[in-house]
Amino acid sequence: MRNHVWRPLYVVLFIVAVVLLVRKVYVPKDFGIQDRGYMYGFHRLGSEADWKAFPVKYRSTEYCRDCHSDKYNELKQSPHAVIPCEDCHGPAMNHPDDPPTLTIDRSRKLCIRCHARLPYPGSGRANIPGIDPETHNPGAECVLCHYPHDPRREAKK
Amino acid sequence: MMNRRDFCKKSVLLFGTLAVPLAAFELFDPTSLLAEKNDGKEVRWGFLVDTEKCVGCGFCVKACKIENEVPYNADVSRTWVERYVVTKDGKTHIDSPKAARDGFTTEKIALGEGKFLDIKPDDIAKGFFVPKLCNQCDNPPCVQVCPVGATYQTKDGVVLVDRTWCIGCGYCIMGCPYGVRFFHPVYHVAEKCTFCYHRITKGMKTACVNACPFGARQIGNLKDPDDPVTRTIMTERVNILKEEYGTKPQVFYLGLTKEVR
Repeated sequence: MRNHVWRPLYVVLFIVAVVLLVRKVYVPKDFGIQDRGYMYGFHRLGSEADWKAFPVKYRSTEYCRDCHSDKYNELKQSPHAVIPCEDCHGPAMNHPDDPPTLTIDRSRKLCIRCHARLPYPGSGRANIPGIDPETHNPGAECVLCHYPHDPRREAKK
Repeated sequence: MMNRRDFCKKSVLLFGTLAVPLAAFELFDPTSLLAEKNDGKEVRWGFLVDTEKCVGCGFCVKACKIENEVPYNADVSRTWVERYVVTKDGKTHIDSPKAARDGFTTEKIALGEGKFLDIKPDDIAKGFFVPKLCNQCDNPPCVQVCPVGATYQTKDGVVLVDRTWCIGCGYCIMGCPYGVRFFHPVYHVAEKCTFCYHRITKGMKTACVNACPFGARQIGNLKDPDDPVTRTIMTERVNILKEEYGTKPQVFYLGLTKEVR
């Protein structure tokens, strides 16, 4: 056959070879069809390990208990017993090493997340003692009068 | 004519073949073999949301954003809480300002663009909160549409995104009927709820479950019949979102009504 027929074919073969070579080099070794089959499991297996290695920040209330058992016990016998420490104190991360102290959110904004009254029948919100933030001492921080670890008590002066 | 030698050979072959049990011809399934090896200790993560218990405090959203390093002030979130207010004239008002990161602290319904709607308490027929997150579907449409294999489902049923492999085409964001996917503002790749894969694989609860004071969110292993979440799903009247899409969501809801979309 004529040369002008063969030449484009060589070009195509060259391109195919390049693509295959790039694929060989670029695609990770652990890429392939994993446990969930071709439709749902086609991925790089190392990605699962990447996600597992993501740093944990919230340590849960039981982590705080190990050192702060006094505060833990105080909280657990109060109406606020259900609230996890880290909701107000922030994520523990590697406390006490890093960070050595936690930034506590004592703001009014935090309290009214639950205690702003919303008249919704059929929601748990209706059962929580609530105030109208517009009229209940606006501008004042709640912790001036209320003690968060046990709301039945007045704030520690 | 068959001679004696041939007859003997063929007889041995025939009886030898008959002696092979039928089970030897059964093609074995590698997954069932793996399941037997694991002694039934398989894991399939599932989630249970109790909308009756949710008060709309938004601590789950805050915890999720911090735990998973989703930019705190960006208008995207892996999980969010929706408020439904159904008035007596049959209208449904839904809002979720800033994904409820700061909770619901006012009766005013956010309409967007700085506009608010005031509803009189007497006009409210029902009001409730519905936390939303990735349904980790058994039949995830977002995974099917990925052209490069960057999003996938793990063996324990969690749909993840490979950040190094995602090309940012956005097909999965369009493909998800629940709208749980978005572009990560920093990495510029598809982002979604991972059921806190780094936590659940270490035996911890997800950040949102951990942060919820009221037990409105729970996570469990659906393959363990003794798991409290599994027991509730098996015995109570639970519902799922958008069943008609056939995605088989693995996030189950207690107390859903027809208004919830």
